[in-house]
Amino acid sequence: MFGGIQRRVVSLWFPRLASDRVLRVYPSDGPFALTLKRNNANRLYCLNIDAAQQSLHPGMAYSDARAFCPSLQTVPADLQRDQQFLKTLRRWATRYCPWVGMEGRDGLVLDISGSGHLFGGEDGMLADMRARLMRAGLSVQIGLAGTRGAAWALAHHGEGQAPPGDMLPALRDLPVAALRLDEKTSTALIRLGLRKVGDLAAAPRAPLTRRFGPDVLLRLDQALGQQPEDISPLFDPPHYGVRMTLPDPIGLLSDVMAGIERLLTQLCAKLKTQEMGARVLTITLRRVDQDHQEIELRLARALHDPQRILPLFKRGVAEMEAGFGIDQLRLEATQVEALPAQQITHISAAQKGPLEDLITRIGTRVRLENIQRFLTADSHIPERSFIIAPAAYSEPASGWACSNPRPLCLFPPELIAATGPHPPKRFRWRRMSLTTGRATGPERIAPEWWLEDDNWRSGLRDYWRVETTQGRRLWLFYTPQNPGWFVQGEFV
Amino acid sequence: MYETNPRFFPPTTTRTHEVCGAGAFVFAFALAARLGGYVMWIRESWEPRQINPNGFADFINPANLTLCNTKDQTETLAVAEEALRSGAVSLVVMTLNKPLGLTEGRRLQLAARDGESTGLAIIPEGMGSNAAETRWRCAPVFDSKSSSQDSTLQKWELIKNKSGTLGVWHVRWDPASRRLIVVSPPGE
Repeated sequence: MFGGIQRRVVSLWFPRLASDRVLRVYPSDGPFALTLKRNNANRLYCLNIDAAQQSLHPGMAYSDARAFCPSLQTVPADLQRDQQFLKTLRRWATRYCPWVGMEGRDGLVLDISGSGHLFGGEDGMLADMRARLMRAGLSVQIGLAGTRGAAWALAHHGEGQAPPGDMLPALRDLPVAALRLDEKTSTALIRLGLRKVGDLAAAPRAPLTRRFGPDVLLRLDQALGQQPEDISPLFDPPHYGVRMTLPDPIGLLSDVMAGIERLLTQLCAKLKTQEMGARVLTITLRRVDQDHQEIELRLARALHDPQRILPLFKRGVAEMEAGFGIDQLRLEATQVEALPAQQITHISAAQKGPLEDLITRIGTRVRLENIQRFLTADSHIPERSFIIAPAAYSEPASGWACSNPRPLCLFPPELIAATGPHPPKRFRWRRMSLTTGRATGPERIAPEWWLEDDNWRSGLRDYWRVETTQGRRLWLFYTPQNPGWFVQGEFV
Repeated sequence: MYETNPRFFPPTTTRTHEVCGAGAFVFAFALAARLGGYVMWIRESWEPRQINPNGFADFINPANLTLCNTKDQTETLAVAEEALRSGAVSLVVMTLNKPLGLTEGRRLQLAARDGESTGLAIIPEGMGSNAAETRWRCAPVFDSKSSSQDSTLQKWELIKNKSGTLGVWHVRWDPASRRLIVVSPPGE
């Protein structure tokens, strides 16, 4: 049914994307370049037109460039932000057609089949793109053709449009590098005398494949439309943010909370349909005087229940300064987690909800990481027989079993004066004179040789449970390899 | 004769109590076991003394205990008040190092009453606050008669009581039945 529609692809190439991005924010006259540190040397990465006219080129050593052009201004390149900027441009380009993909580090590819007439034909659309990008301060080269490969070739080598139908006439006079071949292959082709795409198309195919592998002819066929090539559009990540702008400023706590409740209901409905739960929520309150304040709420578990989240905001909102009034509220779930619907059973009847809300509320005062719980660990070393983990990011563990009695509390080993492998009759500990009434032991615990632990440098330990006639029941140990007595814990 | 469900224990719920002495942790865990439910244990983060889940597993399930590390005593009291008022936990244990004023003590009492949960402050000897409902001094006692494994004899003194009489009891913890047993004092 759609067989009659000719596919039309636009390739946008931003030859100076990185430097244009920086110059948009900090305009400067004269030669300008971005530098990138590669192999321990600063090299030019991206230049503006003035710098290119001074016979500088990308990849040149920075010190050489300064020698050629003393007035050169430079800024370190930021590849990550360039990538973000290109993603922003990709989003902008969806105004022309829904099918927009990224092309390498500095290009976009648009499938405009069937949407050209909306902008007054293809010429009108290209002129519109060029005008808008020019106004934004971006230099661009545009290629339009029936295939992605041909559009790329035209964008990178002399801009142009290929009419619908056969691509070969438009590409015939372009160099072979326009086929997206790597430099080594294109140099080898030029050495063979195949300088133009037309030469390559006319050459016999079998020897070429034998000499260069299938890649060269694949690229040629893709450019000429004999092999299909797809454009994969990127999906925008789901956005969990809602906002509310008010005609008149508000300042009462109850009003702000009512506003937050409305936003929260909207946001939670969206989270619930996508089976997600918010872990971190941020509210931005914009005031009439253009100042804004943020409240961050970190939840002890992922939630999408507005009735449970709302009271947790109370403390943060109460601390805010309303000034002359608040006229915009913005609520965003900055961190979300999958929260699938769960079967309610009689086993999960234990109400953990209030405890989790309490952890969240306390977590706004002390940090959420400071609220912890014990988890089991598989070790005979007393200090490592359990793990302390943040309660918000762990599940309670079961299976606490220890065959030998363990003390109720532990502390770092405290040296006492005693000798010999048997517990001393009398000893002093924490300025108390103690007499041994009964000693049970020893229980020998060997250090875990596979783990480096400074506390266990003294080797084996023989643990004794010593009941003193004064009452206290202590956990003593003796280190036979490195004689000494220590107290490490206290029993019930 | 053993008395397994003593009348003095647990002390009034929905109030905040104080305990001091070497056996304070035992009192705290015995109270947690008696009350059941979740426990919030608040301590200052610098404290070297660490409760050992393998040790107190004889009293309560360590999964029911939530630890909270705080910066100073002010934060401890704030967290304790919040936890008591929420009613999500049945017992809030806090370790205090400085004397408590009447205002702070009274706020803890009100929070415990509102949230219907019990608070317990572990205090150094002789540093109690006037607002506490009861104050206990707990010390382990050497028990020459019983075997070494179940020598858990303690002497619990009730040294302050706002609504009752004082007293001294000798008790023992039975890990099998998770119950407190009142025994006669050991002979000389």
